Amino acid sequence: MFGFRNKSIEKGEEPAEQKTGFFSRLKQGLKKTREGFTGRLDRLFLGKKEIDAELLDELEEILFTSDLGVEASKELIELIREGVERKNLDNPAQLKAALKEKIIEFLTIVEPEVREPKPGEPLVVMMIGVNGVGKTTTIGKVAALYKNEGKKVMLAAGDTFRAAAAEQLAIWGERVGADVIRQNEGADPSAVVYDAVSAAVGRQIDVLLIDTAGRLHTKVNLMEELSKIYRVADKKLPGAPHQIWLVLDATTGQNAISQAEIFHKILGLNGLILTKLDGTAKGGIVVGISRQLGIPIKYIGVGEKLDDLRPFNAKDFAEAIFSE
Amino acid sequence: MFENLSDKLNLIFKKVRGHGRLNESNVQDALKEIRLALLEADVNYKVVKDLINNIRDRAIGKEVLDSLTPGQQVIKIVNQELTGLMGGARQELLLTGRTPFVIMLVGLQGSGKTTTCGKLALHLRKQGRNPFLVPADIYRPAAIDQLKKLGAQLNIPVYSSDKELGPVDICINALSQAGRYSSDVMIIDTAGRLHIDEVLMNELVTIKEKVRPTEILFVADAMTGQDAVNVAGEFNRILDFTGIILTKMEGDARGGAALSIKAVTGKPLKFIGVGEKLDALEPFYPDRMASRILGMGDVLSLIEKAQEEFDQKEALILEKKLRKKKFDLEDFKKQLSQIKKLGPLEQILGMIPGMGQIKQLKNLKPDERELVKVEAIISSMTLKERANYKIIDGSRRKRIALGSGTNVQDVNRLLKNFAEMKKMMERITSKGFANLPGLFG
Repeated sequence: MFGFRNKSIEKGEEPAEQKTGFFSRLKQGLKKTREGFTGRLDRLFLGKKEIDAELLDELEEILFTSDLGVEASKELIELIREGVERKNLDNPAQLKAALKEKIIEFLTIVEPEVREPKPGEPLVVMMIGVNGVGKTTTIGKVAALYKNEGKKVMLAAGDTFRAAAAEQLAIWGERVGADVIRQNEGADPSAVVYDAVSAAVGRQIDVLLIDTAGRLHTKVNLMEELSKIYRVADKKLPGAPHQIWLVLDATTGQNAISQAEIFHKILGLNGLILTKLDGTAKGGIVVGISRQLGIPIKYIGVGEKLDDLRPFNAKDFAEAIFSE
Repeated sequence: MFENLSDKLNLIFKKVRGHGRLNESNVQDALKEIRLALLEADVNYKVVKDLINNIRDRAIGKEVLDSLTPGQQVIKIVNQELTGLMGGARQELLLTGRTPFVIMLVGLQGSGKTTTCGKLALHLRKQGRNPFLVPADIYRPAAIDQLKKLGAQLNIPVYSSDKELGPVDICINALSQAGRYSSDVMIIDTAGRLHIDEVLMNELVTIKEKVRPTEILFVADAMTGQDAVNVAGEFNRILDFTGIILTKMEGDARGGAALSIKAVTGKPLKFIGVGEKLDALEPFYPDRMASRILGMGDVLSLIEKAQEEFDQKEALILEKKLRKKKFDLEDFKKQLSQIKKLGPLEQILGMIPGMGQIKQLKNLKPDERELVKVEAIISSMTLKERANYKIIDGSRRKRIALGSGTNVQDVNRLLKNFAEMKKMMERITSKGFANLPGLFG
């Protein structure tokens, strides 16, 4: 994952490209996605002046292979078909504009009300997700973001199951300069969280990030363990955890929707973090999830560097996907 | 695993069977639905296209329309095509030639390589091999620690990699040390990497050239979407891997990746990971998996699992006791622990043909904790009580409930069920596994 080969970060040097604006960096990170999705759209429209059945078929293929999912794809294609029938759409350029607009609409989510920590109390954020999506790495990156804002950050090693998970988090803690609260492997994660919340209050920490063990959303007992962690945190510090973020792997297919649904049902999610967008995965699941569940996307991971975690902005995201 | 796809296909098949005669148009309708079911299951778009075309060619041909049971014929064709897609016959690990054999695991970040290394080592040891593990992931923090801890849990040696050396030299050095562990198989855990990361992909090529692995296994997450084929295709182009391991199959992943990767790379699926425990690695059988997807169960795997886990001697003793009508609570407890060894109840049920279609069973999520409760209750009984449950009166029940952290009703229920079961068992004097289903009730 994030590497020692990346010496510049260890020394705390900012990469040179820092000067370029956020928008272009986001675009750069999403280049692969764009090449995948719009690159193909462009080729599809090349030389076509009219929308015919063949073009709609090919459009369907593009939407499906971008992991947009059956439901979202169907809705988009239906929209285009209707537009064509009503003669609102009669050329590929309009079609593209209509698609973009609809996707932005799917991605634009009114932020639901969130619990705020009381003055003087730490903001407690819990990160959850299935195995291998990059929770621990993401916590490291989120910690760095808060650190840059001048916040005092603490990490809680709530993954007591995976071998050496606490060690991994401890290394991150050292890198970004955050205290790490941990116990032995196999310890009750709720106990770790109880300790961490007490310590965060005692040491006047601004942000406490809780790492949890990866778990498949279908495992009932492991999902109950999460509820317990939640209850324990809330008991120690009423209102905590204030935020629960689900970390999703961009290479995941339709299963991501099932993951989001079940985690949301059990804990109530406040945000999503989409990792690994720097590969060739199209990241289309975001559209499907936003459309279906209305959970805002907080951050996207577009690279392995410490600062490759970007705040998500629906408009910028769609803009970057669709820019020529 | 595959439940979603399996449910959908079964619904479609039911409709197909309902048609007394099939004509081109209702076959087309069914194919449309099968296509959507496969797409929803993350099977790659192009793979679906080919598959549907193949099924269509055969289903609309004479083979089906002239048959007396056209619905069955269509299902048979789908089954055959799915099996073909997943690779036909089971392919074993290739361990021939000079020892030590080298097995190298590669894949994206977070696909489960490190855990799978541990599982594979355990699997090989069960087969009489002497594996050792080589951590070559110097990038992810604490990855080496993770493998070392897994090795310690399994009591399998782990090479002490020196991070400073870099992955290539680590592997070369490890290979020269194989003799020290008197090992015949060396398993390399490589760092996760993106298929488009040229530098890191080249590193794998160098390792491959230097240590000449007999198996390069591509580890993929069963939940991967349409991108699976791009990733697998690229890894295969660069490394020419020899097989695939699909992880995290125990969730509700629709498993489309399983169907697609093989089709795109032409390489066989060799194992699937079905749990977080280190023994949760199963050999992959394409035909059995196809019948599981089609809801036809997988009795063969169940029997093999039972043979592997059941203690034959214990079973014999039990059988004798049953015949002599001396089956008591102590035996019951032993039998429970044997069943538990088979793995999660839900998985076992999934392997029994037809279980998927029974509605009542769908909602019956077997509760593992119920088993734990039963065990706790029996453990809180005296030996005398276990041998003769009839002596357990009210005050004994109270004591047992207290001791096991349950309540008297739980104890009552257990005793009632046990009495009924005993009666039933005494009626059926058949042997062995025939008695097992009674325990699930």
